[in-house]
Order: sequence, then structure tokens, then C-alpha cells
Amino acid sequence: MTAVEDRPKTEIGAARKRKEDQRLITGRTKWTDNIQLPGMRHLAMVRSPFAHATITGIDTSAAKSSPGVLAVLTGEDVKDIQGGMANAWPITEDQKAPVHPAIAVDHVAFAGEIVAVVVARSAAAARDAAELVDVDYDELPPVLDLKEAAKDAVLAHPSLGTNKSAFWQFDSAGAGTGGPVDEAIEKARADGIVIEREYRQQRLIPAFMEPRSVVCDPTGEQLTIWTATQVPHFVRIFTALVLGIPESKIRVIAPDVGGGFGGKLQHTPEEVIAVLAARHTGKPVKYTETRSESLLSGHHGRDQWQKLTLAATKDGTVTGLKVDLLADMGAYLGLVTSGIPVLGAFMFNAIYKFPAYQFNCTNLFTNKTWTDAYRGAGRPEATYAIERLMDELAAEVGVDPLEIREKNWIKHEEFPFTTVAGMTYDSGNYEAATARARELFDYDGLRREQQERRDRKDPVQLGLGVSTFTEMCGLAPSRVLGALRYAAGGWEHATVRMLPTGKVEVVTGTSPHGQGHETVWSQIIADKLGVPFEDVEVLHGDTQIANRGLDTYGSRSLVVGGQALVMAADRVIEKAKPHAAHLLEASVDDIEFSGGQFKVKGTDKGKAMAEVVWAAFSSHDLPEGLEPTLDADATYDPVDFSFPHGTHLCAMEVDTETGQVSMRKYVCVDDIGNIMNPLIVEGQVHGGLVQGIAQALWEEAVYDDQGTLVSGSFVDYTLPTAADTISFVTDNTVSPSTTNDLGAKGVGEAGCIASTPAVVNAVVDALRPMGINDIQMPCTPERVWKAIRSAGSDQADATTGDAQPHFDAGAPNQAPPDPSSSASAEGADQ
Amino acid sequence: MTRINVTVDGVGYEDEVEPRTLLVHYLRETLGKTGTVVGCDTSNCGACTVHLDGRSVKSCNVLAVQADGHEVTTIEGLAQDGELHPMQRAFHDCHALQCGYCTPGMIMQAIDVLNDNPHPSEEQIRVGLEGNLCRCTGYHNIVKAVQQAADEGSTAGASAGATAGGAQ
Ligand code: FES
Ligand code: FES
Repeated sequence: MTAVEDRPKTEIGAARKRKEDQRLITGRTKWTDNIQLPGMRHLAMVRSPFAHATITGIDTSAAKSSPGVLAVLTGEDVKDIQGGMANAWPITEDQKAPVHPAIAVDHVAFAGEIVAVVVARSAAAARDAAELVDVDYDELPPVLDLKEAAKDAVLAHPSLGTNKSAFWQFDSAGAGTGGPVDEAIEKARADGIVIEREYRQQRLIPAFMEPRSVVCDPTGEQLTIWTATQVPHFVRIFTALVLGIPESKIRVIAPDVGGGFGGKLQHTPEEVIAVLAARHTGKPVKYTETRSESLLSGHHGRDQWQKLTLAATKDGTVTGLKVDLLADMGAYLGLVTSGIPVLGAFMFNAIYKFPAYQFNCTNLFTNKTWTDAYRGAGRPEATYAIERLMDELAAEVGVDPLEIREKNWIKHEEFPFTTVAGMTYDSGNYEAATARARELFDYDGLRREQQERRDRKDPVQLGLGVSTFTEMCGLAPSRVLGALRYAAGGWEHATVRMLPTGKVEVVTGTSPHGQGHETVWSQIIADKLGVPFEDVEVLHGDTQIANRGLDTYGSRSLVVGGQALVMAADRVIEKAKPHAAHLLEASVDDIEFSGGQFKVKGTDKGKAMAEVVWAAFSSHDLPEGLEPTLDADATYDPVDFSFPHGTHLCAMEVDTETGQVSMRKYVCVDDIGNIMNPLIVEGQVHGGLVQGIAQALWEEAVYDDQGTLVSGSFVDYTLPTAADTISFVTDNTVSPSTTNDLGAKGVGEAGCIASTPAVVNAVVDALRPMGINDIQMPCTPERVWKAIRSAGSDQADATTGDAQPHFDAGAPNQAPPDPSSSASAEGADQ
Repeated sequence: MTRINVTVDGVGYEDEVEPRTLLVHYLRETLGKTGTVVGCDTSNCGACTVHLDGRSVKSCNVLAVQADGHEVTTIEGLAQDGELHPMQRAFHDCHALQCGYCTPGMIMQAIDVLNDNPHPSEEQIRVGLEGNLCRCTGYHNIVKAVQQAADEGSTAGASAGATAGGAQ
């Protein structure tokens, strides 16, 4: 063991620089696309240019005779062996879903769907030949707009007979967690405040930086699949289920993976096709998507219309919230597509004590790329809606947005608190986080400046946006997932292997792709077992090594996977105690373990962990009944979710002459429970913030009226750059979680969930004196400018006007929008 | 096929390439220099950034034949004798990478920014990195890392890389 002078007292909580970095900053990386195998062939996909069509014929002869081409596969060729892509979350018993073939057979339902595959000697030869595949289509009318889809006039899948996949409801009166929401709304209409709004969650693209890539090697006994995925264990199970291959014959490896954000939480047609092509040719094959293919056919995120009714008393105490969602599934149901909006169902009530709540969601098919998890998954949508509404309520009552929140939020002494959505929040202190954020932000000073600018009619107005968010992390207690009809559980697994030379291998079922698990898991083990940080090696992402696991998403890795690790480490210690007792000639009951030493109580006699490990390894002198190993593993099923929260404050400057918005300041104080590594936490927050800010200001997946994705490259899908963003002020308050031993809550999605409403609230706050109370996301200069131009005219605000008709008693959720308001500029891109 | 002579990370290579071969594909596929990666097909992301005769270029936007007779430095050639380049160290120190996919290009571009302007303001750093996308870090720590490398560069002799781009 090496002694390092500046070793922190405890590893947990130290700002350890990451172990992962060394290989990543020197280019010594293992991305899937780096893999070269002897005899490897390359794939190119032929994709439908039409959003909706029947395939009437495919001529592959020219492609087949192109140089270096081994095979061209069509849906017709593989229709009996390709199965259908799986949906793991049928949210209702009668959920409808079309069959989803990896290669379309006779019907394509979105532009970008794969209709044929070329297998060739090089990637370039495959692409050249793909150009020669001649596909005849009969175009069908596509349904692209979500509200149109709800009418069932044009069908995304005519064979399904409807565009409705499922309807899902949570009602607090029915669940016994609160009162009837309609009564609360009626009462508020009579003598209180009713806020009715309709918000748009635009379609987004996860846009991880590493395009997806898959290599499949069919040689040898086990089929080996390397894939750029967040979920190697899922890919293994679903490869087995979809293709009918015994799971024991499949090994899946996620090597270095370049980001995911939910976008790599999928089992993809391309992964299935790689297996089909490898088995067909008997050769290893590789497929790496281009960025354009990635944007077109990797799953998208968000895409909802949210109709919201908030009821309150005149003083601004909320008495009820009703939510009606239309959620765009796109053309198919991916792995968890259908469940994404449902993940938001428990979060619309956020940090507040609402006495009545109802959530209604209609999942609809359209002829667009299918949607699925994107960072936050359901929770950003919920947080956006409620945090925008709380600002609207504050404006209506005429008080500061922070005041209205404080009036309604759960007080710190009220934890644990069971909400109207039936969730029990473990711990939190909204007062403390808010006080700290106010101070760092200079809230009062900026409010004064805002007033000054208003008074002097400055063309550049200042807006302050608030978002006091919470989220549910640590997916998930298996019993809850079962109750929600999700196919799998939510546990996680860890193994601790004590190597003879005193080094430690940790095997985790989580599958990091940028989160720094190798570093943090090492910190945890260093503290638990008293071994140096450097002596811990973390292994993951290979089903042959990490045979049990449920992978990385939903801010689950630390709170679920970390807890499994703690339990495995505790078992190592318990296993080692009789060994140590034997070496020390003492009774097991007298053995204590701390700081890497087994000691006999009340004496200074002791043995270091490494000595005990060696003795167990050599096992020359083991007492009867003791196993010659200290290795241990644990599988942990979380008892409950954890609920991190935070107060985010944003100052935006809005040029009322040009519509240009620019961020002046952003402060966030997050309470994510105990912090394992502040460096990594801060990084997660920064990255999340920019993704959330990007939804507010820049990003949108836009289709034209033919169903062609027009934001299909990085020229048009505008990810923020360094020049678009600012440096942030971040801090933390700490309310340890009570649902795991680490006291941790999860931070991966926090920034992304909280920042979107903070930014839009700030933009709207700047313009509210002009009578503006909403701008649809992304708040581009054009939209802001148009809102300013039309403000004060008799033209009603677009989204507000749109919302009202639907809320007439008894009106169906899918009522068509008021045609006069759907002509708003903001709706033009749908 | 066209014959080219290129020096990559200090080693000379002579190869026959298809004229349409992009430099990034030549580096990755012919030379096995997989440290340099591809992130897009429209020259927007900068993941493929390398130095050509000491200046940053997007290697997806250069043909291999255009590198004939020139010197290329990739992320793999930056560390000298096991000693990290100050920009690599700064990225590590400041947690300026998460998944690390943008990192090779980002580091090569960051070095170029400091070569142009050894003492940039935050604004100048941000504009200098505009052609490189990162989806993980929100840029905050990347900017910090470039600031750290710039500060180190001003202390005598601490940084070879702030001047010459490493292995040149
Ligand atoms: S790969 Fe060269 S700029 Fe994106
Ligand atoms: S670190 Fe992942 S894209 Fe930059």
C-alpha cells in the first residue's frame, strides 16, 4: 500500500479528480467505432425518405453487384426471423402499439425508417451500394401534428385503426391521496383564482456527441455485441427476446460510451440488424451512424401539449391542479416510450402542498421518429408546467414569485411528507436552498435594477426567473415499477473482489458513459474498506464481467448502485472478521473493523485488510467452515425514491427592439443529499443546466409538412456552443437522503429539469408589463420579437387563447384547438 | 489511388489513399489513430480537430491528400515522454470532460486558441471554442481549464504547449 501525503481524511466528499480522465485526454479510448476485427464487414442502411408509405417493391440487384458487397437484406428477407422491437412499458392493459420491425417489410411510418441494409467490405463501399438500392413507395398521408393525431382523421398506422396508444390517469380522489380536483376548480371559479394555460414541450433530440455504433462478432460460441449504449444488460435481454437467441449465447459490451442523456437507453433496430447481418454472413460486422442518421432515427424526446388548470384561493394558496397531456409517441413505442409522460405524473405537484390533483395523459402516434427517454424524462415537463404556473399565480395575486412558492411549499419540519401524488419525500429544506440562492444571486438588487429599467423604459429589459424544483431519483423500487406495469425491476448489483495482492476489483451493474462511476465507486470503497483510492479498479459494461445489472439512467446509479456497493463491502468485512479473529487468536465478537484494520477490542492487536486477504487466499491455515475467499456481492432493491431539490434563479436581458435574449446571471443551489464528489456534482449540474437552457432558448426538432426532419444536422439542430453560454454560480445545501446509507439523492438530471422554467420565467418576467404571459419554447429572437409586436394589440396571447376552450366542463381532452388561435406564429413549425 | 507522405505525431507515413478519403478517416482507419473521433457530417462539432502544421483544422474537412507533405499532430501526440501537455492537465484538473468524446478536439482547439492569444478573456475563450460542441459539460469547466492553462503559460517555462502545439 502506498501512503499518499495529501490523502483526504475521508474519500467520500473529496473533490477527487477523475480516474477516467487519463485515457480520455490522451486519446487512448475504446469507442465502439474504434473496433477493428479480422474479416470485419461494414453496414450501410437504406432509409425511407417518406414519413408514411407502403413499400411496393425493392430492387437490390444493382447494389448486390456493386464492388465489395456481400449481401443486401430487405425486410422481406428477414421478416420471419427479425421479430419485433420491444416495448418494456405497456402502461395500460389495453395499450395499442404497431409491430415494429427492425427492417420495414411493407409499410414505413417515419422518414428515416430502415428499409434495406447493405453488407460490404468497407463502410464506403456499403454506402456507395446503398445508393443503388431502388425502393418503390406508394405515399400515404402522414399525420404529424399531435392535435391532428388526436382527431384520428389521418392514421399513422392504418392497421391499428386509431392513433391513440393509451390513456393513463392519476386522480388524487380515487387514490385516496387528496380531494376531487374538479370540486376545487369549481370553488375557485366561484370565489378564488383559476389559472388556465396550455404549454408546449417541443420535440428535442438527445444529441449525445458520440454517434451510435454497434459491432457484432458471430464467431465463437457466444455472439459478442459491442454497442454505444447506456444499457448493455437490456440489450442482452432484448436481443435474446426479440431474436429468440438463448441469452446465455449473447455477450454485450458497452466500451467507452460518449454520452447518452437517455438517447442511448434503447434497444435499437440497428443493433438487431447488426446481429442479423453478422449471422447471415458469418463475419463480424460494424455499423456506425452518421450524425444526420443519428438525429433522424435515434429516438427523440419530450413533445407534449400540456393543458393545465390551477385552482387557488384569492391569497394564492393552491387548492388543486389538473393536468391534461397529449404526448407524442412518434411512429413506434421504443423501450420505455409510453412510460415517459407517466414518470412526470408524480411530479406536477412538485414541492407544494396541493390538496387535490389529477393527471390525464393520452399517448398518440404520429409519423415522426419515435420519442423516448431524454434527460429528465417526464420530470422536466412536469417541472416546467408547475413552475411556469406558479409564476402566473404570483402575477395574478400580485406578489413576488418566491413569496407564492413559499406560501405553498412543504416546510422543512414537515418531512417526510406524503404528497398528493402519493410519493413520500424523504428530506429537504426549501427555505435554506432558497435563502442561499437569493443571497448568491443578489435577488433584491436585481429586482431593483429591473424596476429602474422599467421606469426609464430601457429598450433592454431585465427579467428574473425562479424555479424551485424537485425530482424523483433512484429508479426505482421494483414494487413501484411493477405497479406501473413496467416489465423489469429497479434493483442494482455490485461485487467486491479482494485480490490477493491487496488490490480491489469492484464490479458494478451500472453502466457509466461520462458520469465518473470509476472515480466515485473507488472513493466509496476506499472509505468502506480502508484501501487506497488508487488500489480500486471499477469494472462495468460487459455482461460477461458484470453479469447482473440494470444499467445507468434516471439518476439511479449512485443511490441504487452505490447502495449495492456499500452492502457488498459490508459483507466483505463480515466475511473477513472470522478470518481476522483466527489470525489474531481472538473471538469473532471481539473483532472491530475501522480504517482498514481488524482490531481486537480493547487491545492494539490488529491485522490489516491486506494481510487478512492474503491469508484467505493462501488458505494454508483456515479453520474449518471458512471459505477461502472474502469476495462478496449484493443486489439492492431501493426501498423508495429520493427527492433532491433546488432553487434556481436566472436573470435574462431581453432587447425589446430585436427580440434578442441573453443570459446575464444564473445561480442554483441544489440539495442532492450527501455529496460524494463535489467536482463531479458540479459538472453534472453545469451540463444539465445547459441542456435545460437549450430547451428554453434554442433547440427544437422541426418537421416540415411532408414529415421530413428539417433540423436533421448540426447546422439546423442548434446545440449551444461555448459562445452561447455563460459561467454559472452553483452551490449546495445538504439534507441527507433517508432512503440509502450514503444519504445521496442523485444529481444527473437536476440541472436539466430545473433550468428550463427558470429561463422562460425570466424571459416572460421581463416582458410581463407589456401584457405578455407566455412565449413558446424555444424562445428564439423571432418568437420574442413577435410576442412583443403583438402585445397590447387585441390579438389574444396565442397559447392562453388556445387553452381556454378545452376547459369547458365536459369537453373532451382531445377537442380540436380553436382554429383562430392555432394560426399563431408559435404553432407554425408543428 | 494517390500516394501521400504525411508525418503524424512525429512518425512519417507513406500511403496510397483514395482521393476522396478524409483526413480523419485516414488517421483512424489507415493509421489506427483512433484518439481522433468523428462527431458529425457537417463540420459543426469539432470532435475531429487536429493540428496541421501547428494550426487547428477539422480533419473531417480536409482530404488526406491535402495533408501530403505536411505534419499532423493529434491528441495522441500531445503528451511528451509520458508528461501530459499543460492543456491536458488543465482539463483533468478542472473536470473539463465527462464522457470525453469531444475532448480530443476540444483540447486541440483550446491549444490553438492560446497559440493565437496567450491571455484571452473569458469571452475570447468562448468565441475561440465556438466550433467545438460538447454535450456534457455545459462548457463552464472547459473555459476554466483554458484559463488555467493560460495562467500557467505565463509562468516561465511551464508550458511548451501554449506556444507550439505539442509535438510539432
Ligand atoms: S466530425 Fe469534424 S467537425 Fe464534426
Ligand atoms: S465531455 Fe461529453 S461531449 Fe464533451
